Amino acid sequence: MDITRLFAHRNLLVVGFLILILIFLTTFPLYGGSYYILVLTTILMYIVLTVSWAMFSGPTGYMSLAPAAFFGVGIYIGAILGAKLPLLVAVAAGGLGCFILALLIGMVTLRLKGIYFAIFTFGLLMFLTEIILYLEIHIGGSRGRHVFPASDEAVFYIMLGICVATLLTAYFIRRSRLGLAMQSIGGNEEAAAHMGIDTTRVKVFTFAISAIFMGAAGAIMAPSLIYIDPYIAFNMRYSFMPVLMAVFGGMGQFYGPVLGAAVFAYTERILRIQYPYHYMLTFGIILILVIVFLPGGLVGLIQKLQKTRLISKLWNRGKEEEHANT
Amino acid sequence: MQILEGQDVTKHFGGLAAVSHVDFHVDQGEIMGLIGPNGAGKTTLFNLISAALPLKSGEIRFKGEKLNGLKPHQICQKGVARTFQGTKIFADMPVLQNILVGASFGTPTRVSAADAAREAAQALEFVGLSELSTVPVKDLTLVSQKRTEVARALATRPELLLLDELMAGLNPTEVSEAMELVTRIRDKGITIFMVEHVMKAIMGMCGRIMVLHHGEKIAEGTPQEIAADKKVIEIYLGEETRAGS
Repeated sequence: MDITRLFAHRNLLVVGFLILILIFLTTFPLYGGSYYILVLTTILMYIVLTVSWAMFSGPTGYMSLAPAAFFGVGIYIGAILGAKLPLLVAVAAGGLGCFILALLIGMVTLRLKGIYFAIFTFGLLMFLTEIILYLEIHIGGSRGRHVFPASDEAVFYIMLGICVATLLTAYFIRRSRLGLAMQSIGGNEEAAAHMGIDTTRVKVFTFAISAIFMGAAGAIMAPSLIYIDPYIAFNMRYSFMPVLMAVFGGMGQFYGPVLGAAVFAYTERILRIQYPYHYMLTFGIILILVIVFLPGGLVGLIQKLQKTRLISKLWNRGKEEEHANT
Repeated sequence: MQILEGQDVTKHFGGLAAVSHVDFHVDQGEIMGLIGPNGAGKTTLFNLISAALPLKSGEIRFKGEKLNGLKPHQICQKGVARTFQGTKIFADMPVLQNILVGASFGTPTRVSAADAAREAAQALEFVGLSELSTVPVKDLTLVSQKRTEVARALATRPELLLLDELMAGLNPTEVSEAMELVTRIRDKGITIFMVEHVMKAIMGMCGRIMVLHHGEKIAEGTPQEIAADKKVIEIYLGEETRAGS
């Protein structure tokens, strides 16, 4: 088969590739060792956090530092409910709980602009940590709690499900009216309002949608933590990592944050195991290099390569034929 | 018929009365001009009509219906569209997508994606930018950006269009083209209320003109009446101006 013809069906190619990945992931526990199941679960978790963060903050430009807050609330909901109810119910409750929390917070904070919004969302994280610590000590009687166990496979499959749901939601929102509305808010919020967009509603609603996935991811991660206290559950790392990963991957394209999260999480894992003493240093240098030399992130790099490489010539020729055929 | 009426419209910024007890009206189908020195309150009045600023004192009615307390997106959906002094565009979006935003959200009932796309394409053609539809707006010249803004406002299917200094920064040829565009919009049946400093445009196109100074209305009438008004000449036009020339 002529390779140009293969590239002519680029949409088919992309769909086929995605199906292959999905098959690989769903069958992974059959042959991958339990260690790699944990690694993959972590990578999927970062993809969920990053894509759901980029879902809202990408187009609107409102920099949220709340992911760790929703993730932590999800962990707590999962830990408390998961002990008595089926795992899936606990995960759904984690998502729903964070949706409601984000609606309430959004109604108050999304009137804030720029840096003030970022600071408030970060403050929320601090606030929730202290509140829950207070409640744990005064009501529970101890500062932490042990979490019910769950099999690694079950956690993996549910995380995979959440990840697929996150990606589908992000994809369809991006292409929908809501996506257009968010983009115009990011472009010029005042003009967006005068074009008939209820900016407050759009912002609050999408902020809350993105929180669903963060909360669900937290709820399913609870069992693998074994023991939690507020400082473990509300770790600011989970607020900054999604931002870094999205920037690392590049926010211009849909697949940027996905790629960023996957590569970033995997590299981090490798470095930490291979070079436990230099990992922070190495990682920091990689990050700085990416930000200085690849302002468009990994996506920018791919696009640059596409311009020069043979594969892009084939790809574009395929595209032309596709146009010619239609 | 009066499409827009304001009674006792007042807005204070701290101790400063930006707009002070202004009564005005715009008739259906006319081109109404709003002039005055810098800081007279022209844009503030537009901001009050379009709800960019909340109207706390006085009353504004559109087609007999009170606009007080509505949000900007509701005003737009009622049929009052606007452009901005300077421009407020979605800089990174292509031209057509800018206009698509207006077409998708500007009406009270939800429009289908196909209808919105058709409306946007029509508005784009109407302002003569069809060839630039895929270019990001930030890469356009000022005059094309302004046309994009007009098309975006038209795509919301307004009955009244507020134009805030459409001609500012344009060269004489572009001013003539913009005047022609505004006339064509009026001919479509859309009422126009415009703030403008370009006298040639104001005097040549407006049926009536209203003059603001320090937030107060100091004159209102036909271009001839305004050009002959002693107070207006003293404050704004200056002795040497011969209107319409």
